[in-house]
Amino acid sequence: MRILVCISNVPDTTTKVKFSADNTSFDDGGVQWIINPWDELALTRAMELKEDTSNGVSRVTVVSVGPASVEPTLRKALAIGADDAIRVDGEAGDAHYVAAQLASVAGSGDFGVILCGIESSDYNGSAVGGMLSEILDVPSVSAISGLTMNGEEVTITRDIDGGKEEVSVPAPFVGVVQKGIAKEPRIAAMRGIMMARKKPLQVVPAVDAETLTETQEFAMPEPKAPCKMVEADNVKELVGLLQNEAKVL
Amino acid sequence: MSVLVYNENWDGKFKKLSYELVSYAKAVAGMTGGTVTALSIGNVDQDELSSLGAYGANSVLSVAGVSEGLDNQLYTQIIAAAMEKSGAKVLVLANNNTGKAIAPRLSVKLKAGLASGVTAVPESVDPLVVSKKVFSGKAYGKVKVLSGSAILTLAQNSYEINETGGSAAVEAFEPGVDASSALTTIKDVQKQEGKLLLTDADVVISGGRGMKSGDNWAPIEELAAVLEGATACSRPVSDEGWRPHEEHTGQTGKIIAPNLYMAFGISGAIQHLAGVNSSKCIVAVNTDKDAPIFESADYGIVGDALKVLPELISEIKAAKAQ
Repeated sequence: MRILVCISNVPDTTTKVKFSADNTSFDDGGVQWIINPWDELALTRAMELKEDTSNGVSRVTVVSVGPASVEPTLRKALAIGADDAIRVDGEAGDAHYVAAQLASVAGSGDFGVILCGIESSDYNGSAVGGMLSEILDVPSVSAISGLTMNGEEVTITRDIDGGKEEVSVPAPFVGVVQKGIAKEPRIAAMRGIMMARKKPLQVVPAVDAETLTETQEFAMPEPKAPCKMVEADNVKELVGLLQNEAKVL
Repeated sequence: MSVLVYNENWDGKFKKLSYELVSYAKAVAGMTGGTVTALSIGNVDQDELSSLGAYGANSVLSVAGVSEGLDNQLYTQIIAAAMEKSGAKVLVLANNNTGKAIAPRLSVKLKAGLASGVTAVPESVDPLVVSKKVFSGKAYGKVKVLSGSAILTLAQNSYEINETGGSAAVEAFEPGVDASSALTTIKDVQKQEGKLLLTDADVVISGGRGMKSGDNWAPIEELAAVLEGATACSRPVSDEGWRPHEEHTGQTGKIIAPNLYMAFGISGAIQHLAGVNSSKCIVAVNTDKDAPIFESADYGIVGDALKVLPELISEIKAAKAQ
């Protein structure tokens, strides 16, 4: 079985967010780019599944949609352990456009398990994985916090309100993963970084696809009033403020 | 413009979130004088269904006889059929696990642009333009839907419940899908019965590394009990195994928006703040006066959480007793 992991290239989560002067685009000056944290967990789990040879995972492929500037992020995924990478050469217009590109790649390979992170840390859309599954007309499972294989049989743990469910769906399917799928994201070792340079990174042209939404403008939240400090020996005053001013008690 | 709102049920009951969704759908429909149809899937009794009318639903479509174990494809087909039947142009769902699982599938099936995690009614309906948080709450983005119909998922605890009174007519709806076609097999369910969910709680009491040990959590739990809230923690705490992972609140953990969030011994890493910055009121107690949590907090105390907590508990008990 082959596993495909979809990777979104996002600004480092500690980035101070800035926009262009007219607020219509993200200002990427000085920004460090990383693998979207949930996608990194998905890749880590895919590597673990492959390393246990009894699971019969033959290859782990990573794919990302974007211009050449996303290639360092794909190389990082190769350094972590992916066998090969595909970049769809297109500007990631909206979630639907991206999902259509991923569907074209996923549909052209023999992938049993297709993994996506539950959201990207930039647009927080939680959309691409589900859209991809609908375009491919295959089952999807979301909020996955555990995934094990026993030969071709995949068992999934998904989070539900106040608990967990153990479910299975036939392959091929799209798994939308969240925290818990892997304990810690795997960090590339020097040997992996050296090897990544020689691994295949294929560039494919984008297919025609619709965009259904457009982010027109950005705004920063209203500046917050400064924190009201209360002395540690005057807890009573804090309770009074919460009761009478904030009215939350 | 008419609106369809999908209302999930929990063991046959609706909850605060359901009424929040219907109130929101009503406000969206009200922008153009449209109607609100609520959709329920699973076994919910008539009184519970018609209660949605009190929050603005004009009618309720009820699809019974479908397993409540979520099959994303089956639910997508049912909701798409209800969209067609109701003639709605806007579909509203919650931005919770269920909404995140099915809204994107519906977006493709209905060719309807998806704006997820919205926090307010659209600023215009034709074209539909709506604000949502981006960059994990660090900014807002204005999303324009380019398609004829739209799907909005509402961020939890972001819209005021508006009880207008009245009840809605309930209609049994036969969506014409084969329920036995569901491909998801549910092998096991583990639920913590009777425990207040972190994402449902109006008050959340949270502890970080400043609590020094998992053995020191009793006052956090006591304060949560006094305020009828839930307990949470920062990522280092769940990574250390002091508290279960379900309590981890932050960018990669639970995203919450309670009325009151109290952080004890949490310095406020940007990833933690991403999970709590929608809270209405934030209180922070930390020994470090320069801790970033104080930039996001409304009220703060520079001090040792372990010393402040017992005093706070007794003062709150005293205030509540009055």
